[in-house]
Amino acid sequence: MADKSRIDEPTGTEFVGHEWDGIEELNTPLPRWWLWTFYATILFSAVYVVLYPAWPLVERATAGVLGWSSRGELVEEMGRADLARAGTFEQIAATDITKLPADPDLMGQAIAGGAAAFKQHCVQCHGAGAAGYEEFGYPNLNDDDWIWGGELAEIEYTLTHGIRWEGSDETRSNYMPAFGDVFDADQLDAITQHVLSLSGKAQSNATGAELYAQNCAACHQPSGEGDQMQGAPALNDAIWLYGDDPAQVSQQIAYPRHGAMPGWSDKLDPVTIRMLAAYVHSRGGGEYAGEATDEVAPETGEVATDEVAVAPEDGGDGQL
Amino acid sequence: MVNSDTLASTNGEAGGRDWGKALPSAKADPIAATARHAPSQPPPELYEKRKSVHNKRIDGPFRRFKWLVMFVTLTIYYVTPWIRWDRGPYAPDQAVLIDLANRRFYMFDIEIWPHEFYYVAGLLIMAALGLFLVTSAVGRAWCGYSCPQTVWTDLFQHVDRFIDGDRNARIRLDKAPWNAAKITKRGVKWSIYLIISLLTGGAWILYFADAPTLFRDFFTLEASPVAYVTVGILTFTTFWLGGFMREQVCIYMCPWPRIQAAMLDEKSLIVTYKDYRGEPRGSLKKAKQHPDEYGDCIDCLQCVAVCPTGIDIREGQQVGCITCALCIDACDKVMADIGRPRGLIDYATLEQCEAEAAGKSTHSTWKALLRPRTLAYFAIWGGIGGAMLFALGTRTHTELTVSPDRNPPFMLMKDGTIRNAYTLRLRNMEARPRDMEVALAGLPAGSLMWTDRIGAEQAAFQQIITVPANETRIVRAYVTVPATSTVDEFAFRLTSLDEQGESDIAETTFASPTSQP
Repeated sequence: MADKSRIDEPTGTEFVGHEWDGIEELNTPLPRWWLWTFYATILFSAVYVVLYPAWPLVERATAGVLGWSSRGELVEEMGRADLARAGTFEQIAATDITKLPADPDLMGQAIAGGAAAFKQHCVQCHGAGAAGYEEFGYPNLNDDDWIWGGELAEIEYTLTHGIRWEGSDETRSNYMPAFGDVFDADQLDAITQHVLSLSGKAQSNATGAELYAQNCAACHQPSGEGDQMQGAPALNDAIWLYGDDPAQVSQQIAYPRHGAMPGWSDKLDPVTIRMLAAYVHSRGGGEYAGEATDEVAPETGEVATDEVAVAPEDGGDGQL
Repeated sequence: MVNSDTLASTNGEAGGRDWGKALPSAKADPIAATARHAPSQPPPELYEKRKSVHNKRIDGPFRRFKWLVMFVTLTIYYVTPWIRWDRGPYAPDQAVLIDLANRRFYMFDIEIWPHEFYYVAGLLIMAALGLFLVTSAVGRAWCGYSCPQTVWTDLFQHVDRFIDGDRNARIRLDKAPWNAAKITKRGVKWSIYLIISLLTGGAWILYFADAPTLFRDFFTLEASPVAYVTVGILTFTTFWLGGFMREQVCIYMCPWPRIQAAMLDEKSLIVTYKDYRGEPRGSLKKAKQHPDEYGDCIDCLQCVAVCPTGIDIREGQQVGCITCALCIDACDKVMADIGRPRGLIDYATLEQCEAEAAGKSTHSTWKALLRPRTLAYFAIWGGIGGAMLFALGTRTHTELTVSPDRNPPFMLMKDGTIRNAYTLRLRNMEARPRDMEVALAGLPAGSLMWTDRIGAEQAAFQQIITVPANETRIVRAYVTVPATSTVDEFAFRLTSLDEQGESDIAETTFASPTSQP
């Protein structure tokens, strides 16, 4: 062991007495306060262990006498956020949905709120992009084809009362008769061709046209434009809920499937439903009542500066 | 006055001087040689108490320069937030403002947005290169003159001197018992510390909000809690680091001295004691009796007495030396008094010292400043600065970014056309609202665009959108092309409808059932 009393010539510093392969440690004293700081950190940790959750146990960590928890903090923060949103919610609740677009700021808030609620309640069937699933008959909400109406108020009604939902007496409901036992195979084929011809996908024929006029036109209208009042889909457009393949169309005529959607009046508050309607309407296919131009907020003049903070789509990174 | 024996003994090894060896004090320290290191003594202490520094008042060119730097830096610090700068009604009128809430950084005519953070990164790179440049040229000038720790420590030391008297009085007071007089003096002194600290912390927050408003709110207790917390923390750190920790911050806490020490070379200006001229040191009386045996240093310890970090510069370069040059002032004064030439302690490069010690002619200090290393640093530093200024001067204040919807990538409409949806970000970096035209480029006639606010019945090839002042407006745009179109790439063109006519183009894709995923 090295001699403690020796001093290092160039620096005039004494050796501590440790040596490794000829490398020796010099004693450069730490400041005393440094030592006290170290003791203070030990003391701090002792206090911290008592006050806050610290020791991990099997189920959870020790609670700490302050009762603080990250979950509790989250609940508190969410409560504060709810409180901050309360004013907007009240405003939306007090505004008739047809008047919402007149207030671009409020409409923006409603769309943003609806986008959040959509992710929670609607994506399971309609998909994250609201594009639906053709193979299951979940409709696409982005397009401009609406079975029960695409105006704000109509969407809100559908959301509230559902489609063929036993939870509401006012639910949207209809049942297309099954023609599989009425028509024979040739007739079925003929009428399928005629239905497809309405949108130019096939050649019409006399049998099909006649059968259509007798059996279908009452609801789907003679030229196939459908009737939103009855929930009869348009047959003269490019959009087919259950597919535009002749076999799929024929199948739907013979043994129609009837989609159902739960109403949300028992699960969601009216404001959330209203915001969802605004969001669905904003997906690019929303319809406007009557003279549509009056409803749309004109793109002129003053725009509230905080309006742009509302990311209508992805709720993402705001105005960055 | 060069003593050849000393030189021979200290200058022996090939390749230059061993500056550590040139210090007789450590070796010759009688206490070190006996009391501390006698074998019978207990093992060395691993911790030691701080030795208070009571630096003596000194006047001289460097002290006056320090006053000037202190005045300028403190003036900049306290006055800057109050400078107004007219940017029109839509932007703050504070010349220098870090607007965290709105994510803007204003500096006179320059306005930095978060997406331009590379300018801030560039500034930081320039600061680092500036440090390299200054260090390689003039050593630890930052430490000695303009570091806030140095400036505030200096300020507090003046307070000490003002309340307690100069060095000797302060040493006496330190040792004195805690009687009424000492308690009063300490109370007054620490109160002044506290006021200075409060002003320091208080001025800091003014950079982050409108200064006059915040100033009023602060005293009417209407400012945000974070303002009070910030002031509290900065008051405490100023009080503690400036008032009590002082040179220990430089010696134990700050990384700069290490970094800067690593950057010094034999051509860097440092404050150095010319031992070849001063050694062997001896009192004035001894030197008079034996003029040939002694160097210029009369061991008066004035250089130690005035040092704000309490070191002995005669021990050579050390981490505690912040190169404030007060010892030069002190030594020059003594040299003048005893009729010797000034500069026994002086700003010099190690190379100069070596040449001087060997009796050769020395290069001028200017030559030390202008050498490839400093010039290279300056070139890089200036290059980055110039490039940033150029970029800032020529940047457009209109920008468009586009992200196409991926889910669903395209949408079939009733009439058979394909619709794509896009999220457009229209950035208006002017401090006024601007009408901007968004147009489709590269799509066939008959293509239509509408947005979340402009309904489908107003769909057109281009739309006019008002973007608020100093904002990015997010617009969800819908685009359809005629059913016959096979286009799969196009662009949005944004044009500001004002005399500037700035434009930006953002290319994107148009997805359809036939397009390759």
